[in-house]
Amino acid sequence: MLPAKDCGMYIPATAKDKTGERDLRKITGKDIKAALHTSSPIIVTFLVLGIGYGILMQKHGYGPVWSLLSGIIIFSGTAQFVSVTMLSSGSVLMAFITALMISARHVFFSISMIGRYRNEGRRKGYLYYALCDETYAMLSKDDGPEGVNVSNYRLLVTLFDQSAWVTGSFLGGWIGTLLTFDSTGIDFAMTALFTTVFIQQWIDNRNHLPAVLGVAATLACRIIFGRDIFLIPAMIIIIGVLTAARGRIEPEGGEHHD
Amino acid sequence: MTDHRHAVIVIAVMGLAVLATRIMPVLVFGRGEKVPEFILYLGRVVPYTAMGLLIVYCLRDVPVFEAPHGLPEIVSLSVVTGTYLWRRNTILSVVIGTALYMFLVQSVF
Repeated sequence: MLPAKDCGMYIPATAKDKTGERDLRKITGKDIKAALHTSSPIIVTFLVLGIGYGILMQKHGYGPVWSLLSGIIIFSGTAQFVSVTMLSSGSVLMAFITALMISARHVFFSISMIGRYRNEGRRKGYLYYALCDETYAMLSKDDGPEGVNVSNYRLLVTLFDQSAWVTGSFLGGWIGTLLTFDSTGIDFAMTALFTTVFIQQWIDNRNHLPAVLGVAATLACRIIFGRDIFLIPAMIIIIGVLTAARGRIEPEGGEHHD
Repeated sequence: MTDHRHAVIVIAVMGLAVLATRIMPVLVFGRGEKVPEFILYLGRVVPYTAMGLLIVYCLRDVPVFEAPHGLPEIVSLSVVTGTYLWRRNTILSVVIGTALYMFLVQSVF
């Protein structure tokens, strides 16, 4: 069983909520505070990882403005790190295909946000464009704390995360060479972040089939298909099993009509 | 100059690819007034499978058969789990887990 809050009980961004304000799109201090709290682990990590990326770019002859540009246009850590060696030479088609393969998981994430984001109106464009793994982890789990306007909360979390990454990469290209800090292992913060969300979901749900499926299918595919393409078969298997096991995951078949 | 033109094209093309993966599903399934029921179902369950997928993805390069056999990851993830069960504080667990992991990979293993 999934908790009630995740079963399609969606509050449209334009509706009145408990706070009773007329213009809920107006960003309040409360929205900012909640979003900052959610984003804080990501902000810290993205700043440090971004600096690492900016330094790497600098070493390849691309200064802070290049890192800034890349962070805005590509905005995907993995794709950007891979892109560094492709900037000076190589096939453009290969770069395109590589980016598609690295980012294929985003298809999976975006599909699962369609229901949540359906009433976001003009904010949709930005919310999907900047939906990185970490933002997805924070925004797919719930609609934020009580009394916070969910649309503003989503916008701010997404914006804070991207800003931290872009700022970090700019700083890295600018003053990164002055830092002597050894950041080896800092990317473990991402693993730790996803793990805390995983544990919370495990506690909140009695049906652990989706959680077990996610780990088992991906692990099996990593072993069978090797390190480069395993996410694609993993996602196909996950969607297949979720489709076949729907009766067991949502047995009562309620709340499906919106 | 040719060099820079190539870099701009590569960034643009990769940006397009990443954007396509993020926005295509919405263009395909999310345009109409009514979102298909199956897509809504995926929206309810996929977040619960996606965290496992992301964790395995993060750990994809951990050497299992060579030293240190994923020991830094096991120790640090245990500490993340333990502190999270204890305090239910994401920031605390992420900071402690990452600091420990960095210490382990830089100074111990």
